[in-house]
Amino acid sequence: MFETLTEKLQTVFKKLSGKGRLSEQDVDTALREVRLALLEADVNFRVVKDFVSRVRERAIGADVMKSLSPAQMVIRIVNEELIATLGEPRKLTLSGPPPHVIMLAGLQGSGKTTTAAKLALKLRQSGQRPLLVAADTRRPAAITQLEVLGQQLDIAVHSEGDQLPPLRICANAVARARKSAYSVVLLDTGGRLHIDDSMMRELEDIVRQVSPSDVLLVVDAMTGQDAVRVAQEFNRRVALTGLILTKVDGDARGGAALSIRAVTGVPIIYMGVGEKTDALEAFLPDRLASRILGMGDMLTLIERAEAAFDQEQAQKMEQKLRTATFDLEDFLEQMQQVKKMGPLEQVLEMLPGFASIKDQLPEEVTGKQMKRVEAIIRSMTPEERRNPRIIDSSRKRRVARGSGTTVSQVNQLLNQFRQMQRMMKQLSSGRLPGVLGRFGL
Amino acid sequence: MIFRRSNKLQDSLTRTRQSFFGRIAGLLGQSDITEQTWEELEALLIQADVGANTTIELVDALREQVARDRVHRAGEMQALLKGQLVAMLQANGHAYLGGEGGPLSVVLIVGVNGSGKTTSIAKLVRYHQQQGEKVLLAAGDTFRAAAIDQLAVWADRLGVDLIAHQPGADPGAVLYDAIHAAQSRRADVVIADTAGRLHTKHNLMQELGKIHKVAAKQLPGAPHETILVLDATTGQNGLAQARTFGEAVDVTGMFLAKLDGTAKGGIAFAVARELGLPILFVGTGERAEDIAEFDAEEFVDGLFE
Ligand SMILES: Nc1nc2c(ncn2[C@@H]2O[C@H](COP(=O)(O)OP(=O)(O)OP(=O)(O)O)[C@@H](O)[C@H]2O)c(=O)[nH]1
Ligand SMILES: Nc1nc2c(ncn2[C@@H]2O[C@H](COP(=O)(O)OP(=O)(O)OP(=O)(O)O)[C@@H](O)[C@H]2O)c(=O)[nH]1
Ligand SMILES: [Mg+2]
Ligand SMILES: [Mg+2]
Repeated sequence: MFETLTEKLQTVFKKLSGKGRLSEQDVDTALREVRLALLEADVNFRVVKDFVSRVRERAIGADVMKSLSPAQMVIRIVNEELIATLGEPRKLTLSGPPPHVIMLAGLQGSGKTTTAAKLALKLRQSGQRPLLVAADTRRPAAITQLEVLGQQLDIAVHSEGDQLPPLRICANAVARARKSAYSVVLLDTGGRLHIDDSMMRELEDIVRQVSPSDVLLVVDAMTGQDAVRVAQEFNRRVALTGLILTKVDGDARGGAALSIRAVTGVPIIYMGVGEKTDALEAFLPDRLASRILGMGDMLTLIERAEAAFDQEQAQKMEQKLRTATFDLEDFLEQMQQVKKMGPLEQVLEMLPGFASIKDQLPEEVTGKQMKRVEAIIRSMTPEERRNPRIIDSSRKRRVARGSGTTVSQVNQLLNQFRQMQRMMKQLSSGRLPGVLGRFGL
Repeated sequence: MIFRRSNKLQDSLTRTRQSFFGRIAGLLGQSDITEQTWEELEALLIQADVGANTTIELVDALREQVARDRVHRAGEMQALLKGQLVAMLQANGHAYLGGEGGPLSVVLIVGVNGSGKTTSIAKLVRYHQQQGEKVLLAAGDTFRAAAIDQLAVWADRLGVDLIAHQPGADPGAVLYDAIHAAQSRRADVVIADTAGRLHTKHNLMQELGKIHKVAAKQLPGAPHETILVLDATTGQNGLAQARTFGEAVDVTGMFLAKLDGTAKGGIAFAVARELGLPILFVGTGERAEDIAEFDAEEFVDGLFE
């Protein structure tokens, strides 16, 4: 069960007297919740302290805008500060004459190899000619992993087995890139602990040898309080130019990125949002900010919807909706896809504000409702599904009997469907709000 | 001897001890308990990823106890805290594969992407070999690039049989074949790798449930352990991981990997407290021998030394 920070703050402010202007006491009570939310999001303890004191300064005595509740006012200030701390989205440097060298580094299992492939794909799409370099000679099958990814994407991989030192492999790769006109060289280095001196020295040597234009730290979004120490150490040894936050497709709040940015100043560049090689997105500060505040569940929901609905089909549906050719057959199909997003209960819990109304809903009502709708549609003939208008009262009786429902329930569905058709025609995007709106939820 | 558990755990904890809990120890070594003592204690626990909620509860309980028992010395308070932490980790503990079973045990390894599953399997192989047991591996990660190759390298290095299908094959079928092969080859243990998956991916969690069922159907009582591999660097998300994996496949214990870094793995306290999941092993490096059986006393003692 998710209770968003907004809800918590609303509860806090309900108990408080101060109106119109935020008093010191009000702010401190609210900031306790903010502090807890940030810690829950894995923002580093010290960063939280600094951050909260900055927000406090701004919030005390601030005039509450007429359109906002005190809770919303605090959230607004917190959100603005978060976005400011996270910084502007940044691009790769890719400076100097080609081949530009990009080095990926980080702790074990953070996602370097996968991200190297994702970056290579992105770069090729923007007109570059990338060369992937298998510089992890230690982990079993690390080289094969990169080779397989390269093969899948049809992107060249430079590998020389696991017998040469990574330094030599990287130098050879850059020489090859120069000769064969590759414009970008992506070094997939082995995972290492920031406190492993000899392994960190290996990175330093590579940097000295091939002078990368970008040195990227790949950080798992699930990382806890230690992220700052890790990033500081990597930054000290190899002067990071950017950060990539991976596994953002889960429900980790990703406070590590905020901490790292706040402490080292290294800009966040990309976010990994899946295991597939196209799952890499530009970093968006407002999106990460709401996620850190625990209001990102809506985003998770959207992500799940996007994962469950395949693009092509979504487009087809959208087209049908626009041209009002969307029928009950399509409706049924969409319902199957919503199911893929998980149990309805769980899906609904991700909606902001749902936590507070959930207890008022009779148990399982929503799931049952969905089953009923499904049963009704399944009892219709294909002709009826395509053209619900032909369903007259005798057909309605047959459908009700076939689905174990009543005629009035069949009517209800048909009405909802008509309403929905009208609504959907108005929706330009045909994305998520519609998906749930269709169930009258 | 390759497998020296106590020393290895101590070694891996030396850094931890000096950095973080070492500071608690230093802090608690001071004479009287002051308000500052409490604040610092809270800060230190939070920085160890224990989590704000668990920390507050721990500290509140400790405050009560300190008041009730009229404790004034920080040293005494340390002993009380230690006791609480150990109790939390020991609740619901059980011996690895301690249940009554037949001649063959099945161990299913699960966890989020990159937590250390495949490497931890290599370590478990080493552990079983030390006990003179014959292990067979099931390459149940048919999804990630070269995941099968990775396990195959370990199988080769450690000299154990591996049952693998093609990339993209049904992992349930792999496990089915592996159990069958283990029975006819008279192996003692089957350890099954699975693809890393984020606990929020509903369909992938369902797939895991299916794999679990395949084992149960093929061999009554299997899997005898379902181990969640948790990266010690993980923050508060670890709790959601443990909860959701637990719902999908009835996790029986944790393998806390990557404890050789500077992260403290404090989320394990919340997992143990809320879900009653014991830590069975810890991973302290990238080699097969970098494994130690979990010992709560030793672990917490190590934190305070
Ligand atoms: N869900 C999800 N999984 C990811 C993402 N990025 C990487 N992974 C997965 O995380 C796991 C580890 O990724 P790798 O690319 O092998 O990580 P690495 O940093 O190269 O690992 P080492 O080389 O062993 O240090 C794999 O299972 C990847 O599929 C992401 O953005 N989302
Ligand atoms: N330092 C350290 N590294 C570890 C430990 N356990 C695993 N690793 C490393 O962490 C990285 C990921 O380990 P894997 O075993 O591939 O993780 P996985 O969970 O199987 O990953 P996926 O199958 O991609 O989800 C590798 O580089 C391992 O060498 C450990 O205890 N300490
Ligand atoms: Mg790698
Ligand atoms: Mg694996």
